Amino acid sequence: MKIHIKNGRLIDPKHQIDANLDIFIAAGKVASIGQAPANFVANQVIDATGLIVCPGLVDVSARLREPGNEYKATLESEMRAAVAGGITSLACPPDTDPVLDEPGLVEMLKHRAKQLHLSNVYPLGALTRQLAGQQLTEMSELTEAGCVGFAQADKAIIDTQVLWRAMQYAATFGFTVWLRPEEPYLAKNGIAHDGEVSARLGLKGIPVAAETLALGTMLHIARETGAKLHLCRLSTAEGVTMIREAKQRGQNISADVSANHLHLTEHDIGFFDSNCHLKPPLRSQRDRDALRQGLADGTIDTVCSDHTPVDDDAKLMPFGETEPGATGLELLLSLTLKWASEQHVPLTQALARVTQAPASILGVDAGHLGLDARADLCIFDPEHYWKVEPQALFSQGKNSPFNGLELAGKVRYTLVNGHIVHEA
Amino acid sequence: MYNPQLTKDGKLKHLLTIEGLPRAILNQILDTAESFVGVAEREVKKVPLLRGKTVCNIFFENSTRTRTTFEIAAKRLSADVINLNVNTSSQSKGETILDTVDNLTAMHADMFVVRHAESGAAHFIAKHVAPHIHVINAGDGRHAHPTQGLLDVFTIRRYKPEMHNLRVALVGDVLHSRVARSEIHALTTLGVPEVRVIAPKTLLPQDVEKLGVQVYHDMNTGLKDVDVIMMLRLQNERMSGALLPSAQEYYKCYGLTPEKLALAKPDAIVLHPGPMNRGVEIDSAVADGKQSVILPQVTYGIAVRMAVMSILAGNSE
Repeated sequence: MKIHIKNGRLIDPKHQIDANLDIFIAAGKVASIGQAPANFVANQVIDATGLIVCPGLVDVSARLREPGNEYKATLESEMRAAVAGGITSLACPPDTDPVLDEPGLVEMLKHRAKQLHLSNVYPLGALTRQLAGQQLTEMSELTEAGCVGFAQADKAIIDTQVLWRAMQYAATFGFTVWLRPEEPYLAKNGIAHDGEVSARLGLKGIPVAAETLALGTMLHIARETGAKLHLCRLSTAEGVTMIREAKQRGQNISADVSANHLHLTEHDIGFFDSNCHLKPPLRSQRDRDALRQGLADGTIDTVCSDHTPVDDDAKLMPFGETEPGATGLELLLSLTLKWASEQHVPLTQALARVTQAPASILGVDAGHLGLDARADLCIFDPEHYWKVEPQALFSQGKNSPFNGLELAGKVRYTLVNGHIVHEA
Repeated sequence: MYNPQLTKDGKLKHLLTIEGLPRAILNQILDTAESFVGVAEREVKKVPLLRGKTVCNIFFENSTRTRTTFEIAAKRLSADVINLNVNTSSQSKGETILDTVDNLTAMHADMFVVRHAESGAAHFIAKHVAPHIHVINAGDGRHAHPTQGLLDVFTIRRYKPEMHNLRVALVGDVLHSRVARSEIHALTTLGVPEVRVIAPKTLLPQDVEKLGVQVYHDMNTGLKDVDVIMMLRLQNERMSGALLPSAQEYYKCYGLTPEKLALAKPDAIVLHPGPMNRGVEIDSAVADGKQSVILPQVTYGIAVRMAVMSILAGNSE
């Protein structure tokens, strides 16, 4: 299959390309940019006039719900959602049922995903067995099975001795440890930011200190053990400052924020809107502004969808009883563009945050359009507004705080391994 | 701004929280309640305003007092009343709130009085009921207990009609109290210029001052020259643990004794939503003393609930 994509504005942040260039794809790889290779006869020509052609997006956190939670979503539905959102590579956290703590499970997941010929799936293995925070997993074996890092998802390691050992062990092999900073005691039973809105609505709060205290511990242990640390889903201004300072000290860390937290605050909960029940909680405007700034200046490396499909019934309850999470794969591109335009971030830099940067965190060869690179592409119309309508989403998770909102940035084509896997 | 409690033309559709209600509606409720106070003193304690209507008390959380006052209020308005303690029936069989609500709707109820342990439950139910049904929040988690807030300001208004000239102090567990939140909104909406909260830091929500109150941690300064003292109930399970060391120490620091009451204005009144913990948050000498209006509160509670129900029924399309 040979594809010629013509007349588009080609943006490849990694190679600092932003120009009107044609791109030629053959044998699943980027064959040439600008001029057609010798004797190139395209099977298909995509006219990308008025469209942006960029590397397929890389999402560092998307829950696919398989194995174990197929009533919430299936691999197939969520992978379709991913390519509909222009996402061609994604990492999934290990909090499935059973937990991704056995090489066999990881191989199975990789195999099932591969057979769908949609996005590339990079599983994160569990850092501890059952995510229970007591016994280490076989990290080396899991890496051979295909894990690109080790995570605890939303489960904290309470015992700091175990946390220390886990980071030491991971550091031995150079594996990346992925942790979401939240001190479990301070966050216990909490469902909203501990602030004005939780005071008004009578929702149990999660204080800012729950994040900063855990973050301090994690940064400290990572420094002592030499572990490569990726910090997931920052939510506070103080947290951003701590990451900035740690990076200035030269510590080997990276961080992400969810697209939801770039745009929403505690006030979006309104009259108990359960679509805004998220983990970590939506915080104050000051926190949101710091997250936006942190992503712009590179303190935060990447923005992810934090895709967490939840079945409708689990959201049809009083706020505190609902399951946290929102669908996100199909919104990541648009929410990133919205942030870039509001924050006056150049498009190339914004796209770097969802292509090159996450690929580098995952340590995978993706998120760029270099010669011979895997032909994973996203072709989108930056000017086209679309309305977020739950029933129109491919994801089985229909819950989004952005339901009903019009967003700019419509994905027209998604290519994975040189094949068109989505067209709209 | 969209307000789920009001109809399109600004009338009261549900009573879910005091927050966001216009002062005119609060005054309408209080003025209507005034006309119902006399009903209880008549020989025939009934008016026919809700004749033929069915009021359903749905209590997902146990309560005898509140349920009883709603029941009396509905019966005095000639409504038929159904009481449902859901925590002892359907919910333990796995039925969801919406299933329960749908079932009662199918039985042609006109008004739901709901209590639930989760903040936001009343809003949730109001969002999903059939359009002709009115929902009254009888307490949701820590969020709101609007009829309690209303009966408290009704009581205050009866003793201290000049609301715009009052200094009011709320004492105790504001953090976990839906009553406190409703009282604060009722007082600030009605133009009370100074609302204080007095409590240890462990019993105050973060950013509580954004509700429009002044924060005190010491009774001696906090009670100085106030016109009204509103005591809050301290739940047994919170008396000793990480929030407070002991009931004794709490009483010593925050219990309302005659000595502390003397710091307030000489004609200050004392309210308590009940049930009281004598010797924990309030001394019996104060609870039973001449400045206490705790029993009138209970009486007025029925009038206020009658007012709310009759106004809601009158706002049906």
